[in-house]
Amino acid sequence: MPPRFIRTVGWALCGLWWGLAAAQSDLELREIAPGIFVHQGRHELPDTHNRGEIANIGFIVGERCVAVIDSGGSPEQGRALKAAIAVHTPLPVCYVINTHVHPDHIYGNRAFKAPGVSFIGHHKLAQAMALRAPYYIDKAARDLGYTLTAEDFVPPDQPVEESMELDLGNRTLRLTAHGPAHTDNDLSVYDAKTATLWAADLLFMGHLPVVDGSLTGWLKEIDRLKAVPARLAIPGHGPAVADWPQAAAAEERYLNGLATEVRAAIRQHRTMEQAMETVGTSMRDEWRLFDEFNKRNVSTAFAALEWEDD
Amino acid sequence: MQTGILPRIWLLVTGIALSTLVQATDPQDEGAWTGALRAQYFGDRPIEEGNGVIELTAPYRAEDPALVPIQITGKIPQTAEKYIRRITLIIDNNPVPFAASFDLTPASGKADLAMRVRVNSYTHVRAIAETSDGKLYMSKAFVKASGGCSAPLGADLDAAMARLGKMKFRMDGDKAVLGQPNAVQLLVSHPNITGLQMDQISRLIKPAHYVEEVKVSFDGTPVLTARTDIAISADPNFRFYFVPDKAGELKAEIRDNLGKTFTASQTVTD
Repeated sequence: MPPRFIRTVGWALCGLWWGLAAAQSDLELREIAPGIFVHQGRHELPDTHNRGEIANIGFIVGERCVAVIDSGGSPEQGRALKAAIAVHTPLPVCYVINTHVHPDHIYGNRAFKAPGVSFIGHHKLAQAMALRAPYYIDKAARDLGYTLTAEDFVPPDQPVEESMELDLGNRTLRLTAHGPAHTDNDLSVYDAKTATLWAADLLFMGHLPVVDGSLTGWLKEIDRLKAVPARLAIPGHGPAVADWPQAAAAEERYLNGLATEVRAAIRQHRTMEQAMETVGTSMRDEWRLFDEFNKRNVSTAFAALEWEDD
Repeated sequence: MQTGILPRIWLLVTGIALSTLVQATDPQDEGAWTGALRAQYFGDRPIEEGNGVIELTAPYRAEDPALVPIQITGKIPQTAEKYIRRITLIIDNNPVPFAASFDLTPASGKADLAMRVRVNSYTHVRAIAETSDGKLYMSKAFVKASGGCSAPLGADLDAAMARLGKMKFRMDGDKAVLGQPNAVQLLVSHPNITGLQMDQISRLIKPAHYVEEVKVSFDGTPVLTARTDIAISADPNFRFYFVPDKAGELKAEIRDNLGKTFTASQTVTD
């Protein structure tokens, strides 16, 4: 093999490597309203290629400081988000808001741990992190291809009981702790200045909603969110921004359909296994990752709704 | 000499490493059963394998490892002359492989059972039937699932604890068919905490708290008596059959490992 050819290939590979490295550290962000920056995730299952970086994450800038909303799906994405913030504003990060316990929203936490940075979450978030951490650590090693430790889970130092206001300097965020819905520790963020609701995983668009809390509870919380006077909403999975409350229509239709069909199956004395085969399938074409999550949603809903009639 | 030995050693080392790797990664490996569990639960008694007397059905890939639906079907009628008197459910690769055993009688009508279990890693699940003549028959299925025993507790543990001990029977239709096997479902509200769900931050493990015994009778005659362990999913749920000969009362008595007992009964009309 001629040495020149090897050199050329070598340089090409170096270029490729640089390109990849640059793409990873350069987190794509969109300013969806003044001072609100969102990185849009992808509709994929977490794996070793996307490293779990699948959710919408971002930050809101005030006149005094910055609030991060969901830190990323991997420690590396957390660092990339931190670097991206510094590109957009000289202001320091003062809050990291974790909207719930799922890995794609909290694995970047460690990158932001510093004096002067307060971690905010639902009052049940610390317990959820504690219970899930060992399972999540094993799962990250197996499915995401990296090693986590207990230190990657930074529990909130300010738990939100019902609601809380955070002042970023001439910009106040209103945080609401929700009842069991997507998980049992969902938090939403409302920015009155731009009438934007950061709904996180209380709102799925495109990606099938995943029930890891309570189906009936989630429907209740959607009603509550529809009363928020927002014009825009940021889903946890879906486009970076959408019109509110129209954005919730598809999710509400799916969750209502799921509840109706599961209740009917229970009334007809069908088994969980039978329900998993049929419930929801008429809505299959409206969603991405339907086959990956629908059956599990049915089993979760079935086990809960069996107890409903008393 | 040295130059000759080294490659050989390497070959040997690589060979051993590879074979260990193959062994460790072969999910269909039945070593746990053949090496220990079989002898532990059944000694050297012969076990006939196949689906002639009993058949186990389980999903090949579980949607939720903490909620894997399992069905066991008895293939012989439960008559006084010959019937399945015990079914043992073993999940080879679970931290506690013994999942449950069910004692049945001719009054059970059919040796059909269904329940939901936790599966902690890729494993064979096996149901072993013992017929009234003392013979053993085994049916098995392979299940791909992981983390079922260490998976986080139910999303709403507070709600689960609040209704702990609540039970209900569900039957197909309002009335029982006399003299025939009738399907019935027993739902038990109990978090069935495995004791493996560790709190990483405080380093505390939620102590195990699970249903240990389930006794169902119809007008005082035992229909189903089960010994259960942590592999049974939260809110244990059993489907089984019984043969009512007249109107009467179905009764369930439950005891958990902390000694708490719960009872529930339901009137059966004809």
